[in-house]
Amino acid sequence: MSILDLFKRRTSAPVARERLQLLLAYERQSRGQPDLVSILREEIMAVIAKHVQIDQDYLQVSMDRGATMSTLEIDIQIPNKSAVPLAMAG
Amino acid sequence: MGKVVVVTSGKGGVGKTTSTAALGAAVAKTGKKVALVDFDVGLRNLDLIMGAERRVVFDLVNVIQGTAKLSQALIRDKRLETLYLLPASQTRDKDALTEEGVAEVIARLRSVFDYVFCDSPAGIERGAQLAMRFADEAVIVTNPEVSSVRDSDRIIGLLDARTMKAEQGELIQKHVLVTRYDAARASRGEMLSIDDVLEILSTPLLGIIPESQDVLRASNLGAPVTLSEPINSAAKAYLEAARRLEGEDLPVVVPFERKGFLDRLLGRRAA
Repeated sequence: MSILDLFKRRTSAPVARERLQLLLAYERQSRGQPDLVSILREEIMAVIAKHVQIDQDYLQVSMDRGATMSTLEIDIQIPNKSAVPLAMAG
Repeated sequence: MGKVVVVTSGKGGVGKTTSTAALGAAVAKTGKKVALVDFDVGLRNLDLIMGAERRVVFDLVNVIQGTAKLSQALIRDKRLETLYLLPASQTRDKDALTEEGVAEVIARLRSVFDYVFCDSPAGIERGAQLAMRFADEAVIVTNPEVSSVRDSDRIIGLLDARTMKAEQGELIQKHVLVTRYDAARASRGEMLSIDDVLEILSTPLLGIIPESQDVLRASNLGAPVTLSEPINSAAKAYLEAARRLEGEDLPVVVPFERKGFLDRLLGRRAA
């Protein structure tokens, strides 16, 4: 690699290219399939609803995609019984 | 039987309508009979770019709904007698177009014209899908910019899945038309290069339209750039792209900035 190549790396086009390649590789793979995150969200919600009453807004499901590994983050807030009326009032 | 070409992009504002007008006029100049169909129902603009906005009486929706004949709705260009426009309607009813109606209009146009260019609305919804539905070939208009390239990739996926040809197991021929290309910025690494765009989309190149003031001037005047200022760089690029679309094996030369000593002239064969 020459010094010129190193200099070129500092420009923004190669970054754009890399971001696109990573993103499109994922999007092409998942094309035509229903959205995984929303399916998970729905099913998790259904399971919790069997036992605890929670609002849709208290369940956050998000997926952080990486090159080799993805992280699924599920955040469920179950309000204490005494807090429910407050939360509903708010 | 004429050829149906959809001009599409996913993203808005990349130059679909301008390219439809410029390519259509370029093909019509060679003596071929060309129809330009505006599918952007509710937001028609091809009439304005063609300078025919004051001559619109009937439109595509009228023809589909049977309130006007196809021959009544087609507007003949005042400059080229082989060039016709079928305008979109300004109705707000999104369901004004039916698949059966579009199929019939396209079939009738195909039997009369050598080329039918369908100017797609932006997006990937119904209107865009109807515009591509009966196409034999597709021109995917792309700016060398991340969001445009991403949307083009999405549209390529739709072309391969939702068009009649694809559903019948045939291959729909696709071409990328890069517009608003700034050679100086690309050579400085500030803009995705042609190589980057083609590698990412893995679709053959139809042409490269340089960023040019002539394009805006042409739309101000209501004339396709290939008719109003055929010697300008953007018009020349469109004229060459039109020849490739007609099957000519014409190499694409990537525009380059002469000022920089690092810049190279790159030759490329169109597929």
